[in-house]
Amino acid sequence: MLWQLDLVILTLVVATAIGAVAIKDLLGSAILFGAYSFMMCLLWAIMGAVDVAFTEASVGAGVSTVFFVAAVFRTTRRTKD
Amino acid sequence: MSEIISSVVAHYNYWIYIALMMIGLYAVIGKKNLIKKIIGVNIFQTAIILFYVSIGAKKGATIPIIHHGPGGGHHETTASVIEASQYMNPLPHVLMLTAIVVAVATLGVALALAIKVYNQYGTLEEDEILSRIRVR
Repeated sequence: MLWQLDLVILTLVVATAIGAVAIKDLLGSAILFGAYSFMMCLLWAIMGAVDVAFTEASVGAGVSTVFFVAAVFRTTRRTKD
Repeated sequence: MSEIISSVVAHYNYWIYIALMMIGLYAVIGKKNLIKKIIGVNIFQTAIILFYVSIGAKKGATIPIIHHGPGGGHHETTASVIEASQYMNPLPHVLMLTAIVVAVATLGVALALAIKVYNQYGTLEEDEILSRIRVR
């Protein structure tokens, strides 16, 4: 496990998490959450947990993002915070 | 003082996991939108899963698939000794695999409840929902 790569991807994970929480648009928030899940998947692949990594890539990033986008289109994109 | 700084720098990944957990906790408590709260719950869950997976990682170890194991075909060393220090610990991986699937199930239920709340009250903001409950 290279610590430079680990640190760069951890920084990207924290940045996408802050973006998903802070952005004032629910569709953008859902897409940033998908990016967060893919960064988390890369982190697990670096740590050697390949089974957890591909489960996260299919279930966490794929299905969760589809659920969020479907829920946003059934409700509203507008948010106050 | 320098000992504290060196211990913080040596365990930087744990501090970043705690920061991720606190981002999720802030989204659950501080945000008023229901979808934002659900995203916060998911960030908290993935931070805890990340902490558990990082416990199983070792320096200089490879993924937990046995190299030249018995029944592997053309190798005669079927009774060879397996060094456990060469492989990462697969037990946290398997436990957290279950946790990921459960997280997606709870996400589906939470989003279904959010859609029902939107159909009932016409909004996803917590304060507007509370004011409409008090008016009735």
